[in-house]
Amino acid sequence: MELDKEAPRPRVKRYHGLVRLAHWANAVFLLGMIASGLQIYVAYSHFGLQGEPLGLPNPLDGASIPEWGRLGGWLAGGLNWHFALAWPFVITGLVYLGFLAATGEWRSLLFRPRDVAPAVKMQLYYLRLRKDHPPQGKHNALQKAAYSFIVALGALATLSGFAIYKPVQLGWLTTVFGGYELARYWHFVTVWLFLGFTLLHVALVLLVDPASLRAMITGWYRGRFPSHD
Amino acid sequence: MTDQPTGLSRRDFFRLGLVAGPASLVASCGWDGGPALTPKLSAISRVNDWVGERLLLSPSRLAPEYPSASRTPEANFPSYSITRNRTGSFPVPADPTAWSLQVGGLVRKPVRLTRQMIESLPRLSYTVKHHCVEGWTAIATWTGVPVSTIVTMVEPTAEAKYLRFDSFDSEYYNGWDLTSALHPQTILAYAYNDRPLGMNHGAPLRLYSPIKLGYKMAKYLTAMTFTQERPGGYWEDRGYPWLGGI
Repeated sequence: MELDKEAPRPRVKRYHGLVRLAHWANAVFLLGMIASGLQIYVAYSHFGLQGEPLGLPNPLDGASIPEWGRLGGWLAGGLNWHFALAWPFVITGLVYLGFLAATGEWRSLLFRPRDVAPAVKMQLYYLRLRKDHPPQGKHNALQKAAYSFIVALGALATLSGFAIYKPVQLGWLTTVFGGYELARYWHFVTVWLFLGFTLLHVALVLLVDPASLRAMITGWYRGRFPSHD
Repeated sequence: MTDQPTGLSRRDFFRLGLVAGPASLVASCGWDGGPALTPKLSAISRVNDWVGERLLLSPSRLAPEYPSASRTPEANFPSYSITRNRTGSFPVPADPTAWSLQVGGLVRKPVRLTRQMIESLPRLSYTVKHHCVEGWTAIATWTGVPVSTIVTMVEPTAEAKYLRFDSFDSEYYNGWDLTSALHPQTILAYAYNDRPLGMNHGAPLRLYSPIKLGYKMAKYLTAMTFTQERPGGYWEDRGYPWLGGI
């Protein structure tokens, strides 16, 4: 690659220890949440009231999830894992968001209207319809979209989770999701969005900016995109 | 320090493995946590019960009611009993002609209620959604006498903190917090969809409440006992959350 022939790249501190810890901790917690959630799902693998299917697409209707994808052993075990991991999962998310708010780091991550045009340029580059990599700061506009999306997805998963955990005491929240049956459906959809995001995220890290993987582990970055916002 | 073109060193792979290794172990093979972690999970479940009972449970918030036209077709409303699952036939009370509900424990006026006595008390009827711990829901109309009516009748002492419900369905039993038991929609039900309760739904008398998961609503009742210690339960002893409140 041409870029590799350039002068030695600067070595910059990129990720705060708290961000790195939150990133890897949540990867583990999320995996546990998904696996225990799938254990719960197999207890009743349909959506909608009894005798009244929801009518929304679910390729896994009636499916059994392979054992390696489940955590908890049986329904009660799955529930206990799920409700136990929910604590560190949510707390880690809140600590991360608190850190972004306190340090102003959110500015390099939050996707805003002004990021729409740069996002289109980045997409054109990835589609090879544009030759040069558009200039970017710490993160490009597509990354901002992705990292804003994943935070919103975490919030959606948490809120839809509470909506089906306490559909009477938190009935207003269940209503926001369109009732218990729909809330359960949206909660299930977040699983596949999380998994889809993770696949894309890992693929792009390895293909486009592998140095960022090291940075997410050690904090130090010496890659193609050294500038900071 | 020389940078490899990929920017990913062997050491990085090793570090990644440190994180990914345990993660993939945890997710594998439908593992339940083993003897070391299961008690810790139960302890966290008790914390969640506390949050559910002390922070989220309202003594007066009502579960929504539905028009009777929304009832789930009866053939689609699942039901089970421990005895039936074991033997294939419904449980029967010790003396079917002389069934009664024994209300006692930490109360000033223990009482034995016959079906006629129970049905002569002011009744409550509602059409509500049933939430099973498995994730399914169904709508039906239930009729019975509020548990709060019986509680007033027997006058529990100040030491009474929980209600234990026993049944003649094998060893099925469980316990309730008093807030949930005294909730205005918690009833001792004797009718389902305007007809006497069938054997599949727990005849002659079952507990019903739209603020609890199905497994908390003991069927085939024989006794209701006020206790100071928290009672366990058939499913609760096997790992299900104790509170089961929704």
